[in-house]
Amino acid sequence: MFDLILLISLLLISFAILVALYRVYKGPSMPDRIIALDSIGINLIALIAVFSIYMRSTAYLEAILLLGILAFIGTIAFSKFIERGVAIERKHD
Amino acid sequence: MKVNDVILQTVTKIVVFIIFTFAFYLFFAGHHDTGGGFIGGLMAASALVLLYLSYDIDTISKAIPINYRTLIGVGVSVSTLTGIGSILLGYPFLSHTFEYVDFPFFGEIELATSVLFEFGVLFTVVGGTLTIILSISEDV
Repeated sequence: MFDLILLISLLLISFAILVALYRVYKGPSMPDRIIALDSIGINLIALIAVFSIYMRSTAYLEAILLLGILAFIGTIAFSKFIERGVAIERKHD
Repeated sequence: MKVNDVILQTVTKIVVFIIFTFAFYLFFAGHHDTGGGFIGGLMAASALVLLYLSYDIDTISKAIPINYRTLIGVGVSVSTLTGIGSILLGYPFLSHTFEYVDFPFFGEIELATSVLFEFGVLFTVVGGTLTIILSISEDV
């Protein structure tokens, strides 16, 4: 019963990732795609968390924090690139 | 156009310490759990990349005056010296050992020489990653 609930939630999170993937594919503007990629990252965090409960293992918990950090830094780098044209500036104005 | 990213810089000041703590944890957990020198080095490098993203190269180079090319050399030297140290004691190259030591506050802790090897790996990964990223971002 508990495993069935976990499988259903895994399925629902996968569906959410699929919907966000449609936004990445279709998205008219660049910020739409970046926000969609960020929400895919967050859904992946939820997916790993539910999967680690399903596997009854704590070995995936570092991957959750790591994915959160990487999604954060990636989103900042992308947004800085579309705002300024460079990700890392030589000198701040 | 005058830009003002006070939110990004304030968040960075807090988050960088959390990422460095996570890198520290991953490095020392590597002996018995998930982690190790490689992923710990990548996390420390990503904290530094976050600093470079929210400030700029000149400010951070002044605040953290480290030449990342020398960091690669230091890391490789430390890793090699742990191998040579076992030769000097009459064992084969890169044979590691460990010892249980009683500390006054922490209790019994396992000290392994493979942590020193991993320390060299961490330095090399941080130096290599940041050398690549800063060389690519060099414009003009």
